[in-house]
Amino acid sequence: MKNLIAISLLFTLVACDNSSSSRRPTPAPEPDPTLRYELTVTNLTAAQPFSPAAVLIHDQAVTLFEIGNAASAGLELLAESGDNSQLLQETTTVTSVSAEQPLAPGASETLDIAFDSSDTSGLRLSFVSMLVNTNDAITAVMNIDVDTMTAGESRSFTSISYDSGTEANTETDLTIPGPAGGGEGFNAARDDIRDQVTAHPGVVGVADGLEDSALTAMHRWDNPVARVTLTRIQ
Amino acid sequence: MKNALTAITLGLLSSASVHGAQLDIEITNLTRGSWFTPLLVSAHPSDTALFSAGEVASANLQMMAEGGDISGLAADLTGLAATSVENPAGGLLAPGATTTTALNTDGAPDNTELSIVGMLLPSNDGFMALNSITIPTEPGTYSYDVNAYDAGTEANDEIIGGGAPGTPGFPAPGPVAAESGTGGSGVDTAVEGFVHIHRNVLGDDDLNGGVSDISNTVHRWLNPVVRVVITVSE
Repeated sequence: MKNLIAISLLFTLVACDNSSSSRRPTPAPEPDPTLRYELTVTNLTAAQPFSPAAVLIHDQAVTLFEIGNAASAGLELLAESGDNSQLLQETTTVTSVSAEQPLAPGASETLDIAFDSSDTSGLRLSFVSMLVNTNDAITAVMNIDVDTMTAGESRSFTSISYDSGTEANTETDLTIPGPAGGGEGFNAARDDIRDQVTAHPGVVGVADGLEDSALTAMHRWDNPVARVTLTRIQ
Repeated sequence: MKNALTAITLGLLSSASVHGAQLDIEITNLTRGSWFTPLLVSAHPSDTALFSAGEVASANLQMMAEGGDISGLAADLTGLAATSVENPAGGLLAPGATTTTALNTDGAPDNTELSIVGMLLPSNDGFMALNSITIPTEPGTYSYDVNAYDAGTEANDEIIGGGAPGTPGFPAPGPVAAESGTGGSGVDTAVEGFVHIHRNVLGDDDLNGGVSDISNTVHRWLNPVVRVVITVSE
């Protein structure tokens, strides 16, 4: 008896299996299309290497910093030491890319940004990097509207320098992490005149009247400091 | 000043060009340590301007640039049937601070140009100017980076003094005096004689003497010094 029951169960199962095989298999979800962008950065300064560039794809509600507001902890670390890891970690992104090397004055680099997404609405791209022969200068292009870009389209921007407002601009060798100083990078103390991000006033240098400065006339710059070209590849 | 013109959103061509426009205007002081005296914001006819670079400043421009007094320019604009707002920030606009205002040119369709001026402190006769840009007629949000000019009416001695036309030195209201020095011997003695892009302040690192009462690590700037964001509504 037991065997018969088992056999009938087996038939039932087989029958079920047969009938289900006549249905269309559950379709696998369509893979999201891959979006690919290239960002080319040119360092327009004479003697300010840029720290490894951070490129972030994020929602329009996200912004890396605002003029007049205090810098985030991640932006402070980047602006004082060139280390973008904390900024990339603390920011809510769709994807992000960091350059592996600093970008020398006069040099260009192209970064690839690829990610899978079926919905680009509201997506923005931001780029930020430190001018390393300074206390806390950065350059950034923020909130480029990648949503409306079509494949093959390019957009170019120039960027100005900003002061993160997290470190006094003493220009001493002890406080400049770049090759002009070789000093300390990050320090958690916020000792600038005001704890807020503003445009950068430029550096003074010893030749122009700042006695303790480790910087020379060569380290000065004017705006813009970078040219950034974004191209949507696919 | 128009190089950062960005149309963030675009809509259909509106009837604004015929019937005037509703403008919401956001003005941000980008500088690290400079203040702006009361701003004058005005939509005015296209055949007028508050100044032209390379030409001698008017007496009323001089009054604004040396002492922050906008009453003369405001009266000039009233005579042109301009649509103006005086002193939207209610006093000094601090470093990093933003003020907002609105203009409605409905009923004044000839007021197609926008100008915004305000004196920069500390400086002898420096001022920021958005000078007669054509107001966009398509609804959207537009961003302008604004430069600092020198009125060319007073020698840039960089010493605390007075703000009346012809009085040497720069006026130093409380927050400006608090970050300035004293006892400077004077930087420049020549009056340039024409309006031009400001060459920046020199400053020094001696708050109790030196050549300048301006600090070279606090009060310098690189253009742009102000960002103006205009939102044009239907």
